[in-house]
Amino acid sequence: MNGTLRRKVISALFVGACALAVVAALVPLAFILFFVASQGLQAISLEFFTGTPKPVGEPGGGMANAIVGTLMLVGLAALFALPIGIMTGIYLSEYSGGRFSSAVRFATDTLNGVPSIVIGVFAYGVAVLPFRQFSALAGGMALGIMMIPIIARTTEELLLLVPGAMREGALALGASRARAVFTVIVPAALPGIVTGVVLALARVAGETAPLLFTSFNNRFFSTSLTEPVSSITVQVFTYAISPYEDWHRQAWAGALVLVTIVFVCSLLARLATARVARIRD
Amino acid sequence: MNLRSPDLGFRLSAGAFALALAAIVVAIGVELTRQSWLSITEFGFDFWRSSEWDPVSGEFGALPFIWGTLYSSFAALLIATPVALGIAIFISELSPSWLRTPLVFLTELLAAIPSIVYGLWGIFVLVPAVRSLQMVTPEFLRQLPLFSGPPLGIGMLSAALILAIMVVPFTSAVAREVLRTVPNTQREGAYALGATRFEAIRAVMFYARTGIVGAIMLGFGRALGETMAVTMVIGNNPQVSASLFSPQHTMAAVIANEFTEAADDLYLHALIEIGLVLFVITLVVNALSRLLIWTMAGGGGTAARAKA
Repeated sequence: MNGTLRRKVISALFVGACALAVVAALVPLAFILFFVASQGLQAISLEFFTGTPKPVGEPGGGMANAIVGTLMLVGLAALFALPIGIMTGIYLSEYSGGRFSSAVRFATDTLNGVPSIVIGVFAYGVAVLPFRQFSALAGGMALGIMMIPIIARTTEELLLLVPGAMREGALALGASRARAVFTVIVPAALPGIVTGVVLALARVAGETAPLLFTSFNNRFFSTSLTEPVSSITVQVFTYAISPYEDWHRQAWAGALVLVTIVFVCSLLARLATARVARIRD
Repeated sequence: MNLRSPDLGFRLSAGAFALALAAIVVAIGVELTRQSWLSITEFGFDFWRSSEWDPVSGEFGALPFIWGTLYSSFAALLIATPVALGIAIFISELSPSWLRTPLVFLTELLAAIPSIVYGLWGIFVLVPAVRSLQMVTPEFLRQLPLFSGPPLGIGMLSAALILAIMVVPFTSAVAREVLRTVPNTQREGAYALGATRFEAIRAVMFYARTGIVGAIMLGFGRALGETMAVTMVIGNNPQVSASLFSPQHTMAAVIANEFTEAADDLYLHALIEIGLVLFVITLVVNALSRLLIWTMAGGGGTAARAKA
């Protein structure tokens, strides 16, 4: 009897410890969101979205150039990553057996684990060094390489969820494999794939390390693909490590914009996948 | 394979994209080796034994960076692992079902916050907090090498804490996926034998041990390569010190900080060599952990090829 009681107490303590672990992770999350929201809201203004950086000492100014820069970089990354990512996902789901598929799957997971700073160094070597010029293209390429494995894997997973009967039906009607994939299977999984792409875009929009020496930074408004371009993340970094109060405020405002992007995208993704799951049930 | 099949063209063209993906991984290794050749041939293995990092006189020793990377990552792992496993167990084994979705969403949000935001928060909130903690550290503890040095706030302890916060959602997501692959008969069997919750979960964890180790290692791989948040709080001072209070440096941080300042080729090549080794280390760690998780999931199953 005493033994049973002891076992029950241990069990209850263990359950309590697990619940405590959840709290331990949520406390920093609450702290971070609280500080970003409170500091960011104090600092953000309309000028933040329309102005360009002011020199030290002059209050105000904004990140319009960095916001446009981030949009450009993310757009370039998508152009670079979508074809490779989606086609790889299609290949892996259609021809999932075989040694080549296993190798590619392994490469996908490996690329996903490569530190972003290393991808930055690689992009510097192939897209900056030969031209002796930091550029938006180089930054977009670095972000694109980070996106590829995420998109490939999401696409593969979602295509595998499409019921086999749909594929068989299309093939039985005489469709070629390509036709079955592009007119039946991919459309069936499209909402999920779009969600995955949005999440991948949000993730690379928050990357700093691969941009430090590829797209570099630019105090001025630039939409040239072959010039250095500013980005929200690099601008926040520059401001954060500066000694000036005004700049710190700008950094918090930038952080608020980044967190808002991430939060909205995650929420949309969650709603979209919840709906897809309900339809499937 | 039927060579005249109309599907062959499709397979080859889709395969070409898949090949491009694999080629990028190889190209990263080749390019980093090529761009660090000067440093590799000039210093050889001494590069990793020397702790002299003096770009002005052309002395490049990378020991402090390796040390800082391993130290911060192991310390983060020590803090993060129990918390991450606790969360994974709570969500997959204990939580009432209405709580599960919000908890998953919140931990995913923790993983999605950009590392620059963690860094910003680290500089202005975490570092001052750590400094006050260091101020009240009792004198007898300060005698130990682990807690020696002035209370700066900036340093190894702040870096380890922020890394831990960042690694937790990652490890717990993978561990959760691993726990999901454990057959329900394991739980039912344990309960049928009269096990308490703790004993049933212990049985589940034992069944899933390979995958759990894989999840922990994946988290470790993440910590090794984390750049921005760490460089903003660790102090960026290349020294080999056992103290949690001392400002140190990591491989990723030195690349981020000094890359655009590298005036001569040898300096640049030395930095890229650090990148190359970081690449190889994370490659090995990731490959090993994937192998463990795949073994657990029964060979390439997608269930446990969990979130990024």
